[in-house]
Amino acid sequence: MAIGVIRETERRPLPFDKLGVIIAALALYGAFLAPFATFRANRIVQGEGKAILEALPPSLGYGLLAVVMFGAIVAVLRTSVLVRMAAAFVALVALCFLVGRAAGSLAPADNAYARVSPASGFWVLVLAFALLVADALTRLNPGPGLRLLFLAGALALIGAMLATGQWDGLSILKEYASRAETFWAEAGRHLTLALGSLAVATAFGLPLGILCHRVDRLRAAVLNVLNAIQTIPSIALFGILIAPLGWVATHVPGAQAIGVRGIGVAPAFVALFLYSLLPVVANTVVGLAGVPRAANDAARGLGMTEGQRLVRVEFPLAFPVILAGIRIVLVQNIGLATIAALIGGGGFGVFVFQGIGQTAMDLVLLGAVPTVLLAFMAAIVLDALIEVTGPKHSRGKAA
Amino acid sequence: MPSLPTLLRLAVFLVLLAFLLQPGLFEPLFEPLVQENAPAVYNRGSLFWLTLLHLRTVLVATLAATVVAVSLAILVTREVGAEFLPLSRSLVNIGQTFPPVAVLALSVPIFGFGEKPTLIALFLYGLLPIFENALTGLTTLPLAVIEAARGAGMTERQRLLQIELPLALPVILTGIRLSVVISLATATIGSTVAAKTLGEVIIAGLQSNNLAFVLQGGLIVAALAVLIHDMLQALERTLAGRTHA
Repeated sequence: MAIGVIRETERRPLPFDKLGVIIAALALYGAFLAPFATFRANRIVQGEGKAILEALPPSLGYGLLAVVMFGAIVAVLRTSVLVRMAAAFVALVALCFLVGRAAGSLAPADNAYARVSPASGFWVLVLAFALLVADALTRLNPGPGLRLLFLAGALALIGAMLATGQWDGLSILKEYASRAETFWAEAGRHLTLALGSLAVATAFGLPLGILCHRVDRLRAAVLNVLNAIQTIPSIALFGILIAPLGWVATHVPGAQAIGVRGIGVAPAFVALFLYSLLPVVANTVVGLAGVPRAANDAARGLGMTEGQRLVRVEFPLAFPVILAGIRIVLVQNIGLATIAALIGGGGFGVFVFQGIGQTAMDLVLLGAVPTVLLAFMAAIVLDALIEVTGPKHSRGKAA
Repeated sequence: MPSLPTLLRLAVFLVLLAFLLQPGLFEPLFEPLVQENAPAVYNRGSLFWLTLLHLRTVLVATLAATVVAVSLAILVTREVGAEFLPLSRSLVNIGQTFPPVAVLALSVPIFGFGEKPTLIALFLYGLLPIFENALTGLTTLPLAVIEAARGAGMTERQRLLQIELPLALPVILTGIRLSVVISLATATIGSTVAAKTLGEVIIAGLQSNNLAFVLQGGLIVAALAVLIHDMLQALERTLAGRTHA
C-alpha cells in the first residue's frame, strides 16, 4: 500500500510545464546574457556584440524585454495551447520587427560600410519561441488545410517585413541589395534545377517503377543500381558528369543548342535527376505492391483491361506513397542544388560558397536562408498533399 | 563457401586497399581521363591518410550522435520525459528538411573553418535518423514482453537495459547505418570549409579540371559507403536473428 501512496503523489501533475522551463531558460539567456545584435565597422572585420538595451532605444528595449518575460512566464505555467501560441507569436513578431530597428539605431543610415546583423541572443530567442510555437502546433495537431494556412500567414508576414523595408538595415539585406539581380537569377536557376530534375525524374521514374513492379527480375537490379548511385557523394557525381556531358556537347549535333555543356547547369541537372530516381522508383514499387489483392481482383472481375486497372485502381491507391517519394526528392533536391555552384551550375550555392571563400558570413546566410526556407515550405506543402490524398488513419511519418 | 555478393564485396575491399596503399599501380587506368602532363593519380597528399581522416570524422560524429540520440530517445520514452515525445517527433521531421550543406554553412560563422563545423554539421545531421529509429524501436516493443518483465519484478532500469534496449537494438542500428551513409557523403562537402576529408581530392579535381581526381575521390567514398553499409546491415541481421530466436 505504501508504494501505492508514493506513486499517487508522484503522479500529481507538476505546476510547471517541463518544456516551458527549458524555453524560459533559453529566453532568459538570450535576453540578458547573450548579445542581441552584432555591430561591425565594415563587412569582414570582427564585430562587437550589443545587448538588447544597447541595441535599441530604451522604450523599445524595455518593451521587448517585457514581451520576452511575458512569453517565458506563459511557457513555464501550464497555460492553454492557444495562449501559448499567441504569446510565442507576439514574441516572434516583436523580435523580427525590432532586430530591424536595432540595425537602424546602431548604424547611421548614411554609413554604407557599417554592418549590423542578428547575434546569438536573437537566434536563441527565436529558437525558444519557435519551440513554443512548434510545441503548441504539435498539441493542436492541425489538419493539412490549417497547416497550409499557418505557412501562408508566416510567409505573408516575412513578405510584409521585407516589402516595408523593416530589415533593410540588416547586413544580409545589404548583401542582397548589392546583388539583387544576381540573387533572382540564381533563385530561378536553383528552382529550375530542383524542380526540373524532379519533373524529369518523375516522368522516367514512374514508368520504370511500374515496370519494376511487374517484372520481378528487373526490380532487384534497378533498385540496386539506383541505391549504388545514392552512395556516390554529390560533389563527386556532379564532377564525374562533366566529362560525358562535355563529350556529348561537342559530338552530338544540336546538344549545345539545348544547353548541354560539360560545365554548368547540365551536369548538375543530370546528377540531381539520377539522385531523384531512387525515391521515385522505390516508392512507386512499394506503393503498387501495397495495393490490396482484393482491389485488383475486383477490378479484374469487372472486366477491366490491364491499362484500365493501372490507371483507375492501382495508381490512385498507390498515389500517396508515390507522393511521399516525390516529397523526399524535392526536399533533397532543394538542398543538393546548392552544390551545383561548385561546378558552375548556379543556384543559391553561389552565395554560400562565395561567402565561405570571402569569410563573409552574411553572404553565406543570403544563400543558406532561402534554401532552408524553400526546403521547409516544400516539406509542409507536400506533407499536406500526402495527407489529403492518403487514407484518413495514416497521419505523419513517425511510428 | 562464401556467396557471390560476399566475394564481390571482398574484391571491392581489396581493390580499395590496394588503391589506397599503392595508387601508382592504377595510373594507367586513369591516364586516358586527364589532359597531357596532368597527374593521373592524386598527388597532393596521401589518399590513405585522407581516407583515415575522413573515416575518423565520420566515426567521431556518428559516435557522438548515437550517444546523444539514444539517450534522448530513452529520456522521452520514460515517464519523466513523456511530455517531450510529441514535440521531439515534430522536431525530427523539421530537422530533416534542413539541407546538409546549409547546416554546414550555418555552422561556419559559429565554429569557424576546419574540422569543427564539419563535425558539428555531421553530428547534428546524424542525430535525426538515429533518434527517429531509436524512438521507433523503443515505442513499438511487444507489449507482452514488457508486461512479462514487469511481472517478473524487474525494475525500470533493469527492463531498459536487459529487455527494451536489446530488443530495439536492430532498429537503432538501422538508424546508425542511415546516418553513417549520409555522413560519409556529407563529409566530402566539409572540404569546402577546409576540413581534411576525401572531398579535398574531389575539389582539387574540380579546380584543376582533372577528372581523374574527381573520380578517385568519389569512388573511394562510394566504395567506403557501400562496404560500411553492407557491414552494418549484416550486423543488424545477426542481431535481429539473435533476438528473435
